[in-house]
Amino acid sequence: MAFLQSAVTRAGTFTGRKGRLPYLLLLPGMLWLFTFFILPIINLAGTSTQTPVLGGDTGQYVQTFRLANYIDAFNAARPQFARSFIYAFLATLLALAISYPLAYAIAFRSGRFKNILLVLVVAPFFTSFLLRTVAWKQILGEEGFVVPTLRALHIIGPQATLTASALAVVTGMTYNFLPFMTLPLYASLERIDPRTLEASNDLYANGITTFRKVTFPLSMPGVVAGTLLTFIPAAGDYVNAAILGNPNTTMIGNVIDSRFFRIVDYPTAAALSFMLMAAILILVTIYIRRSGTDELV
Amino acid sequence: MSTVPIPTLPVSKRISRWFGRNLIRIYAVLGFTYLFVPVFYTIAFSFNNAGKSNLVWKGFTLSNWANPCGAPDVCAALGNSLKIGVIATTAATILGTLIAFAIGRHRFRGRATTNLLIFLPMATPEVVLGSSLLAMFLAFRINPGVWPTVAAHVMFCISFVVVTVKARIASLDPRLEQAAMDLYANERETFRRVTLPLVMPGIAGAALLAFSLSFDDFIITNFNSGTMNTFPKFVYTSAARGIPAQANVIGSSMFLIALVIVAAGQLVNRKKAR
Repeated sequence: MAFLQSAVTRAGTFTGRKGRLPYLLLLPGMLWLFTFFILPIINLAGTSTQTPVLGGDTGQYVQTFRLANYIDAFNAARPQFARSFIYAFLATLLALAISYPLAYAIAFRSGRFKNILLVLVVAPFFTSFLLRTVAWKQILGEEGFVVPTLRALHIIGPQATLTASALAVVTGMTYNFLPFMTLPLYASLERIDPRTLEASNDLYANGITTFRKVTFPLSMPGVVAGTLLTFIPAAGDYVNAAILGNPNTTMIGNVIDSRFFRIVDYPTAAALSFMLMAAILILVTIYIRRSGTDELV
Repeated sequence: MSTVPIPTLPVSKRISRWFGRNLIRIYAVLGFTYLFVPVFYTIAFSFNNAGKSNLVWKGFTLSNWANPCGAPDVCAALGNSLKIGVIATTAATILGTLIAFAIGRHRFRGRATTNLLIFLPMATPEVVLGSSLLAMFLAFRINPGVWPTVAAHVMFCISFVVVTVKARIASLDPRLEQAAMDLYANERETFRRVTLPLVMPGIAGAALLAFSLSFDDFIITNFNSGTMNTFPKFVYTSAARGIPAQANVIGSSMFLIALVIVAAGQLVNRKKAR
């Protein structure tokens, strides 16, 4: 997709204003990205195939190009991998269900309050990410208002709790990544020409048909961008699982973190990181191709 | 709302019609309630007379706000976060804006590759960015701390700055620059007096975004900061035994400061629009 664009650029509109200037503008930033993004990833690939030094201290590894590290790492963390993708998928779906009507209301029904509402949608996320997560621990905890209410309504049993559960982890993830969903959705809904909706009305489509055949397809770029921006950080997150979960809800991020810091097992942590990145990149590529919004990249 | 009661319809029908018409508004009210419940909790518990563990409501007090540095380490951690945030934001805004101008204003060989390199850090989970950087620092025997953290923050902020500023450049009316040229401004003058002022709100927004990303980052920071404490690290490590109310005071203040900045920005925009 992106490579195709470059071919087109090369063949066609090569205006080349001031030959060297763009490269000078790019150089410092690209050098930074190369040093602190590309190099570490290459280094990580190297680390992932190392094995412990025989008779060495903990944390000492030597390069032996052992590809089986990947298989071992995957087998050791299979449930966490599955959980990461399931939780991230659920959180993305929930975030879409919550954000779409909200973005729709702001884009089409808010009148002169549009700017204020837009600020209000983002405002909660200026309180610290970790404080928000801790706040959910309080809300869903014994002393919060949710548990007593649900108990009084007999929706949950008198002994049931909500914290330290998969439900709490998904709730926290949904909330924490919500603006990444709402803002792209709003941006693409706002760009829709209201006359296209009127035209649909004039052609005797009812509200539901107009939404299904006109509004939703036109908002697709926002849906794709929003779901990606929510899914990616959610799949790699371990803060929600650490604060709101229990030992049976750990995600791949928790494993990488503890392999790195507690067990000092760099090769396994590196192999897991690499597999996570590869899995996400593959999913993202398929998703972007499928939804036909190539211009995103 | 603006419903005119229709006398012939039974009440239940009228109610269901009202709901049908206002469904999206009702939903929006529910949505905003959901958004603000955790904020309400954070602010409310900044007034909690809690002592050490701030998990249960124990009574109202202003003492946390009077003494925001009262809990051990909290202000040192905040200071580190602010310092890193300011340095990383400055560097990332400059580097990212230069890239945005290169992409937004020039056609050159490798433009698509550049776009891809900007997109990739945003598509990589933080835990991968953080762990790969730490592994490299360790391989080069660089100890984690302030500067490795700054380097990491600049790296993940650049992409967001590029995307924000690029969008602003793309939305400019090219006729404004043409008009400046028609009025005998040379390229440099046009850039300084027309293009740059028009892009400035985008750059300011990008800087604000970069600062909030840097200030709020936990995962990448946790990998690369070593023993240095930051505000998110402080909250994370104290979350298990209950965070002190002073952390809530700081979180609430950040929320209020951000609201004031955004409101001020809106006012400036409105004045300019007149």
